[in-house]
Amino acid sequence: MPIEVKNLTHCYSEGNALKTVALNDVSFTVEDGEFLGIIGHTGSGKSTLVQHLNGLLKPSSGQILIDGEDLNAEKTDRRALRQRIGLVFQYPEYQLFEETVEKDIAFGPKSMKLPEAEIEERVSWALECVHLDRETVGKKSPFELSGGQMRRVAIAGVLAMKPSVLILDEPSAGLDPMGRDAILTMVEELHARDHITILMVSHSMDDMARLATRLLVMSEGKIAAVGTPREIFSQPELLSSIGLDVPEAARLCARLRQEGYDLPADLYRPEELKEHLLRLFGERKEGAGC
Amino acid sequence: MESNTRITMKDVSFTYEEASSPALSGVSAEIRPGEFVAVLGHNGSGKSTMAKLFNALHIPTEGNVVVCGYDTRSQDLVWEIRRRAGMIFQNPDNQIVATVVREDVAFGLENLGVPTEEMIPRIESALSAVRMNKYADTSPHMLSGGQKQRVAIAGILAMEPSIIIADEATAMLDPSGRKEVLDTIHMLNRNKGITVVWITHFMEEAALADRVLVVSEGSIRLEGTPAEVFDRVEEMREMHLDVPHMAALANELRATGVPLKKGILTVEDMVEEVNRILCPSKSKT
Repeated sequence: MPIEVKNLTHCYSEGNALKTVALNDVSFTVEDGEFLGIIGHTGSGKSTLVQHLNGLLKPSSGQILIDGEDLNAEKTDRRALRQRIGLVFQYPEYQLFEETVEKDIAFGPKSMKLPEAEIEERVSWALECVHLDRETVGKKSPFELSGGQMRRVAIAGVLAMKPSVLILDEPSAGLDPMGRDAILTMVEELHARDHITILMVSHSMDDMARLATRLLVMSEGKIAAVGTPREIFSQPELLSSIGLDVPEAARLCARLRQEGYDLPADLYRPEELKEHLLRLFGERKEGAGC
Repeated sequence: MESNTRITMKDVSFTYEEASSPALSGVSAEIRPGEFVAVLGHNGSGKSTMAKLFNALHIPTEGNVVVCGYDTRSQDLVWEIRRRAGMIFQNPDNQIVATVVREDVAFGLENLGVPTEEMIPRIESALSAVRMNKYADTSPHMLSGGQKQRVAIAGILAMEPSIIIADEATAMLDPSGRKEVLDTIHMLNRNKGITVVWITHFMEEAALADRVLVVSEGSIRLEGTPAEVFDRVEEMREMHLDVPHMAALANELRATGVPLKKGILTVEDMVEEVNRILCPSKSKT
């Protein structure tokens, strides 16, 4: 179910003095099975963009085609499309409201009018996906759980609708290291095991280095660059010119190259940098000086 | 500035009402005047409880906490303590009380009964210190998260505190907001000698502190300079914490026999070490 964004423009407060162009003629395509990372400074248009992808915001101009179907056309069943594109907002745990974890997760499937047995099965599956034990937490109030667990319940609620595309807006913000890692591992599995197409907004370049197959860089409502993490992270000047960082491993790689060491320009993962450093240290043992 | 800007915790335990086990048990620690101390710990480790004990939001169940010479158990000293030890919390939106920045900063002073003519210069100087004086007449909802947190800091500064305690003050900010707030707090620590207790989940922020306390299961499990603490990669991970990326990389390289020195925390530390080993003529030391 590819998503095609064509010349998307969005203005807030159109027609008055506060008018702001949040998205300006944005075009790109998301292919099935991709893990697309969306990065950009606060106010660059990332959140506005993702809210268009499941029809929460309407374009001021331009189109969003889901599987070739115009999301905002009169005849489109937006409700049905929305179920196939799950959106997890920032701090989604603020939207939990049911008495128990199970009921909260069942809310989506119930409103889809699925048979009871199917709902049950989906609740179990969704809890498994987010690594929570139904026995232990199912009957609890979501508000008794830790922040990280609450967030996972909120994500399970979206997963229970079995979307083919999952959009996550800063899913690890505000969590402790363990909570962050748990969420990222879970998203990684949904992508690799369940073949769900993932779009993830994040400020953490190190998280993007770990997960994304392609990156979309936003700046001032426009796409500043698109490419693989390797292509994007080997352009530190581009990123710093729009106020973004590169992963630490890429920063170290750039600094060592400046010092004259023989390293490829496009290293950005800690493990590959480690391999190359070991090579350099090994060469020295064999007598090569600097 | 008072000379006795120390926090001393002696055998402190704290149990929440209706809780079966204590959130903190038998903790002794000292925060010394002018220090920048980072506190690390996973959620539920007891670190926020500790912060709340530091300004009498919680009173120890056992043991005692002395802040700037005042024992927090004395009910009538609560305001003396809170004036000296100000606290910033995680969510910028929950800390704004007024509709204009200037009035928000004035809130604490009004509660202390500071006369208006004295209030005005104190607000001005607090807002300048966090570089928000341009926004004195702005409505807080027009500000970014980082700017709101700086206004919250100004509200505390106006009360002329000796200690600032921040409980994950950057958790909800983007990287540039985080940098703004962290730079501001370091500047206050350096230039005004304000003691800082900085609770965080960001290991890179803790790496900049003078000293790090690691809290786990209700007690202090590790303590030392950032270099000392972050070299103990395995122990940190056992406590569900992380170490800065460069410390982790250094640890892996050391494990394969590369003779890197201890205490590598930043990219520059690593560059320096690689030079020392591979190319001594380039090394600065």
